[in-house]
Amino acid sequence: MNSNQGKLKPSSSELDLDRPNIEDYLPSGASIQEPHGKLRLSDLLDISPILTEAAGAIVDDSFTRCFKSNSPEPWNWNVYLFPLWCSGVVFRYLILFPARAIVLTIGWIIFLSCFIPVHFLLKGNDALRKKLERVLVELICSFFVASWTGVVKYHGPRPSMRPKQVFVANHTSMIDFIILEQMTAFAVIMQKHPGWVGLLQSTILESVGCIWFNRSEAKDREIVAKKLRDHSQGADNNPLLIFPEGTCVNNQYSVMFKKGAFELGCTVCPIAIKYNKIFVDAFWNSRKQSFTMHLLQLMTSWAVVCDVWYLEPQNLRPGETAIEFAERVRDIISVRAGLRKVPWDGYLKYSRPSPKHRERKQQSFAESVLRRLEEK
Amino acid sequence: MGNSSSMLTQYDIEEVQQHCNNAFSQQEIVSLYERFCQLDRSGGGFVSAEEFLSVPEFAVNPLSQRLLRMVDGLNFKEFVAFLSAFSPRATLQQKIEFIFKVYDSDGNGKVTFNDMLDVLRDLTGQFISEKQRTQVLTQVLEEAGYTKESLLVLSDFVKILGSSGLKMEVEVPVD
Repeated sequence: MNSNQGKLKPSSSELDLDRPNIEDYLPSGASIQEPHGKLRLSDLLDISPILTEAAGAIVDDSFTRCFKSNSPEPWNWNVYLFPLWCSGVVFRYLILFPARAIVLTIGWIIFLSCFIPVHFLLKGNDALRKKLERVLVELICSFFVASWTGVVKYHGPRPSMRPKQVFVANHTSMIDFIILEQMTAFAVIMQKHPGWVGLLQSTILESVGCIWFNRSEAKDREIVAKKLRDHSQGADNNPLLIFPEGTCVNNQYSVMFKKGAFELGCTVCPIAIKYNKIFVDAFWNSRKQSFTMHLLQLMTSWAVVCDVWYLEPQNLRPGETAIEFAERVRDIISVRAGLRKVPWDGYLKYSRPSPKHRERKQQSFAESVLRRLEEK
Repeated sequence: MGNSSSMLTQYDIEEVQQHCNNAFSQQEIVSLYERFCQLDRSGGGFVSAEEFLSVPEFAVNPLSQRLLRMVDGLNFKEFVAFLSAFSPRATLQQKIEFIFKVYDSDGNGKVTFNDMLDVLRDLTGQFISEKQRTQVLTQVLEEAGYTKESLLVLSDFVKILGSSGLKMEVEVPVD
């Protein structure tokens, strides 16, 4: 279940509207100082600044850094440590893993034997059914978390069920959702996945209220925006959880937040999630593994240790645009979770940057040439 | 699941270092190798044009297509040689040679008026008309003592660019 490895297509113009000026963020190591004086042949032929920028991007770029999974330093390289590590492996695969698999299976049995009757028998009594389903979803998520020995420390006041509020969090893996869901039954907006995950999405998650989107469809954004708005206005619905980055990032950086969550006219409650890498790298590199492999990897590691901070709710300030609001909240979350901010749209994983950026560079060069032509 | 592709041996590193005329230190070559493997997602031993273009910072560069023609499908040794012009240890001559190669797309050692016009077009896009571009280029060429029909060779480039204080360096991040 990997995301498209095929051709990249140019991003739709709709994705442009989201971004503030990237030029403000890009490293201007080869800062093209405004040249003066009459235009000479050497000025036209000297393309060194632009070449330097290109080479700089080839050697290192902030976007790729966001999606690099850092393999931990191997520590099993000596005669004493190696057997220790081996016994660790044996313990993890032959004892921990089966135990966890059993716990998970028990959890599923309990869950299904309660959920199915509740779902069908209480069809008439909606309020009670919803309440029970909420509790059951929280329950199965707790079982999931237990199956990787998740040690989660929650900080801050627990989310409350109030209308006109949405929750936003940074995104590292699909397990973010499970970790948050075990504490509070959120409604979430997700990419529809194929396979068994998709099945879970359409059956169980429907009960807590979920919204689906499809990254590859351009028109999808408006439809989803409307669904988000409708959901957040409803008093009865579970609080909405949104991951504004739109893609999984490696928990050391944060990419640009999409403004959709910030223009619903609701209070935005930021949540910061930070995983402790000593135990396992929880980043789901969807280009490299399927979700199933990712889960198996988690279930055969020692533990998943993370911190969750529920941060102070934010409102749109007078005179602030949705993009500025999104950036401000991204700042709050990044500071709390120790993430470095980069100015890239997460969707650039799946599509090319818009030609607008190149055009801006071309325009400034053209203007400088024309201006200097006039000078004597 | 980090990129633990085949490790570089000391012998490999020295070979690459020799090939690029010691433009990079051994540490830098190891870093470049990590980067190369990171870009080479398909693991084919070379980085394809698609893989280069998936770096947004590279894709928005006006000269990305020209550079792609030079760097597409290179193996690691050639990749390092390509980047050697950007090392702080590279001489001015080497840097000017690189720029010359960017212009000389057919590789015959001569840069024509059209080659220069092509690069200028890449750099200015739709913001200057073709007629104006031709005019500007002709004008500065004549002022420098050439004509529209002149074929510039490397020594011409050295003469033109040699005194302009060329700064063309990138830093290879070494952990």
